[in-house]
Amino acid sequence: MSATLPVVASLFGSIPEPMVQWVVWPTIKFVIAFAIIMGIVAFTTLVERRVLGFMQARLGPNRVGPQGILQFVADPIKLLLKEDIVPAGAQKAAYFIAPMLPIIPAFLVFCLIPFGPPPTFAITDVNVGLLLILALTSTGVYGIILGGWASNNKFSLLGGLRSAAQMVSYEVPFGLSIVGVLMLSGSLSLVEIVHRQELGVWNVLPQLVGCFIFLVAMTAEVNRAPFDLPEAESELVAGFHTEYSGMKFAFFFLAEYASMLVNACLIVILFFGGWTLAIAGKGLTTETMQTMGWLGLSLGFLIFAAKVAFFMILYIWFRGTFPRYRFDQLMELGWKWMIPLALVNIVVTGIVILLVRNGGA
Amino acid sequence: MTESFVPVLILILFGIALGAGMLIVNWYVGTHRRNPSKLAPYEGGVPLLDTNRKRINVRFYQIAMLFIIFDIEAAFIYPWAVIYRDATMTSSGIALFALGEMFVFVTLLAVGYIYVWKKKAFDWN
Repeated sequence: MSATLPVVASLFGSIPEPMVQWVVWPTIKFVIAFAIIMGIVAFTTLVERRVLGFMQARLGPNRVGPQGILQFVADPIKLLLKEDIVPAGAQKAAYFIAPMLPIIPAFLVFCLIPFGPPPTFAITDVNVGLLLILALTSTGVYGIILGGWASNNKFSLLGGLRSAAQMVSYEVPFGLSIVGVLMLSGSLSLVEIVHRQELGVWNVLPQLVGCFIFLVAMTAEVNRAPFDLPEAESELVAGFHTEYSGMKFAFFFLAEYASMLVNACLIVILFFGGWTLAIAGKGLTTETMQTMGWLGLSLGFLIFAAKVAFFMILYIWFRGTFPRYRFDQLMELGWKWMIPLALVNIVVTGIVILLVRNGGA
Repeated sequence: MTESFVPVLILILFGIALGAGMLIVNWYVGTHRRNPSKLAPYEGGVPLLDTNRKRINVRFYQIAMLFIIFDIEAAFIYPWAVIYRDATMTSSGIALFALGEMFVFVTLLAVGYIYVWKKKAFDWN
């Protein structure tokens, strides 16, 4: 890292080298990444409303700035200035802690995701990266169930429980669908998983079933349409955040959109080759990008961003296209279809890997 | 490799500070105009007749228990999946052993799964 930016690195001359490598650089990178991610998350809400507007033959927000493009700045400012209401009878401590619980892991996960060719765009490459990401993202459910319970409201309580039941149910196929990818790449490090794909093919081809399960599970995990039952307005008003206002309300939304972004990044890294555009080691591989210098590195980042943007739009597309599931249908889909399918996928992948090895050798 | 976890620890603190900071800013910047009906739980404008913390359907607990079993199974299969590739590279004996291990594991899981299904734990009608 210090080799690529000698001028900036010399500023830290008096600080010991390990400190620079593990504390200073990651913090700087994270602050930059955090600012960008906050921007993207806020911007996604605007894009969602505009795109949905066009899908439903109406305009959507178009007043603040040209084409309504400044709406994403106006919304957080408005929410920051709103009254922070604590309803009578709420469990105060739990009510305050609940919005923080989903947002911390949702943003923390970004320090484990490589956004482009390492080491420049990877904040830290942990050898059990994928496991840590799964562990962190599944803690988000605590905030939702706690917030629903602490609000002292029937809608909140039911919404929180539904949400928890849904997230927990789809956590299982979410975890199992990744096993096929792990078998193909033999590592839990995201950088290594991308490296395996640029040497062969994108995992989406050998793991089509796994990719499909992952896509469904990741949509259900973040409570998005067609699985947005916790927020089914006609039944539960606003679900678990009915009683929340101001920044606390914004935190639940930020956490949801940040989780969407995390899942979009994950599916790109696990199944669609991450920041590379290469087959069998030919094309734009990580190595090619690193030898091209800053131009190549930025190119890698742009490729990654384009792929992630596609999946973010896909979420919105789903919302504009599919009708909402009923709760029993949703649970049935998760437990009776996705889990057996994921298990069969693991068995079949295991046999095929063995046959290919023996046949090829 | 332990050093690569240092940024994760720093960023946990960063996240907590940021979350708390924004809530505090909101508390001081936002307006405070209270009245009893604003603070009442939202329920269609009618005064509450009973408590809001009621007993919950046991099925939610059932799902939580099923989740623990199946998610631990998933966590146990991860280490196997990571070394499986290397196992197939070595000798065919070890490769077949690794595959057999997985069959035993998935079969045990499937037996439990079928039992739970027959006991109608997956019926939400």
